[in-house]
Amino acid sequence: MALVALLVLLFIGVICVPGLYFAGAISIETVNMLGRYLTFAIVAVGLDLVWGYAGILSLCQAFFFCLGGYAMGMYLAHHGGPEGIVDANGWKMPACLYVVYPGGAGQTEAEWTVPWFWKPFWSLPVTMLLALLIPGLVALVIGFFGFRSRVRGVYFAILTQAITVAAFNFFSMNNMKFCGTNGLTRFDRIAGSFQLSEPYVKLALYVITVLALAAVYWGCHGLIKSRLGRVLVAIRDDENTLRFSGYRPYVYKLFAFVLAGMIAGLAGMLYVPQMGIITPFDMEAGKSIMIVIWVAVGGRGTLAGAVLGALVVNLLYNYFTSQHDFGIFTWKADYWPFVLGGLFIGVVLWIKGGLMGLPGQLMRLIKGSGTGTASKEN
Amino acid sequence: MPAPNSIKPGNQVQFTQAERTREYLGDDPDQSRLWAERYLLFVKNLTAVFDGFKAVDIEALGVEHNELRVIIGPNGAGKTTFCDLVSGKTPPTTGQVFFDRDEITGVQEVDIARRGIGRKFQTPTVFDSLTTFENLELSLPGRQGLWSNLRRATTPEEAGQIEALLERVRLIDERDTEASQLSHGQRQWLAISALILTNPKLLLVDEPAAGLTDAETALTAELLLELRADHTLIVIEHDMDFVRQLNSFVTVLNEGKILAEGTLAELQDNPEVIKAYLGR
Repeated sequence: MALVALLVLLFIGVICVPGLYFAGAISIETVNMLGRYLTFAIVAVGLDLVWGYAGILSLCQAFFFCLGGYAMGMYLAHHGGPEGIVDANGWKMPACLYVVYPGGAGQTEAEWTVPWFWKPFWSLPVTMLLALLIPGLVALVIGFFGFRSRVRGVYFAILTQAITVAAFNFFSMNNMKFCGTNGLTRFDRIAGSFQLSEPYVKLALYVITVLALAAVYWGCHGLIKSRLGRVLVAIRDDENTLRFSGYRPYVYKLFAFVLAGMIAGLAGMLYVPQMGIITPFDMEAGKSIMIVIWVAVGGRGTLAGAVLGALVVNLLYNYFTSQHDFGIFTWKADYWPFVLGGLFIGVVLWIKGGLMGLPGQLMRLIKGSGTGTASKEN
Repeated sequence: MPAPNSIKPGNQVQFTQAERTREYLGDDPDQSRLWAERYLLFVKNLTAVFDGFKAVDIEALGVEHNELRVIIGPNGAGKTTFCDLVSGKTPPTTGQVFFDRDEITGVQEVDIARRGIGRKFQTPTVFDSLTTFENLELSLPGRQGLWSNLRRATTPEEAGQIEALLERVRLIDERDTEASQLSHGQRQWLAISALILTNPKLLLVDEPAAGLTDAETALTAELLLELRADHTLIVIEHDMDFVRQLNSFVTVLNEGKILAEGTLAELQDNPEVIKAYLGR
């Protein structure tokens, strides 16, 4: 079943979509958009691991996503547009930082310097490593104190949301030298000489994203099928009992949470070169809740459902946030929240197990109507 | 002075509870040595106070190695709270708990579990989304660490061990049934099986026969008695027929205190016990 899902993903992702592009049926912009949505699917798989399996509702996955995104964004900004100055230490100041540099009173441009924390992100390998390690480390700290003190359920959700809001404020401040609310942009090249605007670079980034999603999906699948996966489910079912069997649930929760944080970092790292910009608004409180909605719509506790949910909700978003003229009625972009709200409520109310549960539900419905009275009694 | 367990049914020697307590506390000046050698579990001056209400107030209680001790008492007598104190679920207000030569007062429940005290709760706690087999997999001894779970799958020997146990408790046909689909009795046995598989030194079994049929109750008693060969057990029970089948030394708790101890036959004639049970 999982293997089928993996093969379908690879078939559509690596063969069909590029095939359609080369045949001229879809534009490179569509491929690029799918690439971005696939990075969302990667975060969703990570959230499903902690929420669907271990039962930890985390509302800071978008923050981890942005930590990975900012790391990659800093790398891209270093190798970005030509605007800016060369500081006293010989470092070229990235264009996006130059525009909003928080120079002190009486400071001249000549005194501006590239901050120390920008410097490691000059190198792509270091950036890729840090884009995974930083979210992992932040998750470790949040999880360690949260899980050890047995912060659970809605309290953990509130804690993580508060941290996300704090992070949003932190990254929004110009003084922090993360380019404030403007965010990181003015990107140009990746990995040396590849221009991000070139269609073949966009296609390559898309294919890398598909492969990354496939790897994350398969890795998480292996994890949940192992003994460890069953411990996570046991934590979701009854953490206290597990403790009396000699388990330390917080170690397992921490493991899952850190892993999900790193997966989100990977997704953010892949998202930024395809989007061309990352701002603090990508880590707003609402963004993390969207990730929860993707997983809920797709089917919590099924990794394939997380992927499906992320793609379906975002494709619907893409469709319904454009204006459509139906003659007597014009669909406007503002109506989107009603679609999202309806979708979420509908899935939660009527479809047990999200979109992944839909086939089973339909089967039961068909069988139920076949036997006639039996279904009415139920 | 005879050890509490050496009193066989039919022995008419009657002890007052004060005499029993003196026996627990012993006359050896080096008490800790005595407790370590004679008792696997020993509690002293143990109290648990909730909002001014003394749920447990035990002067002294010891359970010997390989003993099966039954604790009975009317509702609210403090039986389950006593288990909570021993297993670390609730920290005692005052007093000390000694287990296997060490003091374990105030130790975290995980560490107490790892030292060898296993527990079955009053309502059978099983993991609903896992199958019977998977539930037991989690109880395999030495498999509680993260790495051992991540890196090694359940070995064929471990699986064999689980299947043998499932056979024994007549759950083998439900091997791959999700635990949420099991009957109450099956859940009880699953919880007991999980406890047995963990192989603890001391088993705290809270109401193992609750909601079981007569045949199931008899098998449960048989299982518990069998376990006495390698383990020490504390069984909390309401059902007098079941207690009779266990045929072991009984402690009666009432309002948190030890009211009397002895064989069931002795206790049934004890006016204090009759009063506690009927006078409410």
